[in-house]
Amino acid sequence: MADPVFALHIPDGFLSGAVAAAAAVPAVFAVAYGLRVADRELDDDRVPLLGVLAAFIFAVQMLNFPIAGGTSGHLLGATLAAVLLGPWLACLVMAVVIGVQAFVFADGGITALGANVLNMGVLGALLAGFLVGAGVRAVPLSRTGFLGLVGVVSWLAVMVGAAITAVQLAASGTVPLGTALPAMLGVHALIGIGEAVITVAAVSAVLAARPDLVRLAPGRFVPAPARQAEVAQA
Amino acid sequence: MSTRLFVVLAVAVAVGLATAVSPYASASPDGLENVATDNGFVEEGRLAAIQQDAPIPDYAFPGIENERVATGVAGFFGALGVMALGYGLALVLRRRSREGPPGGARAPGAAA
Repeated sequence: MADPVFALHIPDGFLSGAVAAAAAVPAVFAVAYGLRVADRELDDDRVPLLGVLAAFIFAVQMLNFPIAGGTSGHLLGATLAAVLLGPWLACLVMAVVIGVQAFVFADGGITALGANVLNMGVLGALLAGFLVGAGVRAVPLSRTGFLGLVGVVSWLAVMVGAAITAVQLAASGTVPLGTALPAMLGVHALIGIGEAVITVAAVSAVLAARPDLVRLAPGRFVPAPARQAEVAQA
Repeated sequence: MSTRLFVVLAVAVAVGLATAVSPYASASPDGLENVATDNGFVEEGRLAAIQQDAPIPDYAFPGIENERVATGVAGFFGALGVMALGYGLALVLRRRSREGPPGGARAPGAAA
């Protein structure tokens, strides 16, 4: 395979220097803030979880599933990370995964690293953190309602990432926005469905095994005896 | 389920997917690559200088002839490496502003 594999990751050469830099600034700020609040956000159980989730997202990002028209897609994972760990730790997880992919696997550019962390990680994580958090506070959701909300938000997070990528490509003069935006949104509307299915399945599995590890789940999803058992175990 | 069992199971799932399932993933061009091909800018993509020497380029472990095996081995080491990096980062971040070692004595309910 002589050609670089692009995945959903932007390789170097697609973005102008100015656009890559402009995208890197908010990405760096989000990751820096994540590092800053990590100590407050990490309890004993979530220390290993950060590594586990990074490994899981790395693994599932390798699993391209076929969608229409000879195209494939894979999970991004920002919503999953945000629902399990909260938005700021999710930014760290996504930065670890995307950084390793760029430096070890030559997947995604180096100058485009900030844009990739922003588009596939930070934007989705913050959007998901905000929307799922707001939904849980606004409505007394059932378990099914919560999973439905997670599914819709994970689809939306993929669409936002795709739209921003199109805007960055257009601002770089690579392809006109009128071409890039519908093309990116069209493909990612389908990829987002895969994202929603995998995210809901994973969150559902963790809710069944350890509801206390789903950071954004309503507090009443965690049965009181289980909470006490965890405290006793710690 | 104890945290230890949960972590072991979750790591097993992640490493299992990366090792045994990834070789059978779709090889079709994905979202952005497809759009780039359709709109004639796919050729503008290139590897950065530092990526010319990437240890495991294109998710194919070097020196393994069989493509599926090369992908599976790359996935195995990739998933474990990312796990170690994430866990290590979390340990460092937690230790930084805490007096005791992680997992040591701390106020009950501090995480609530």
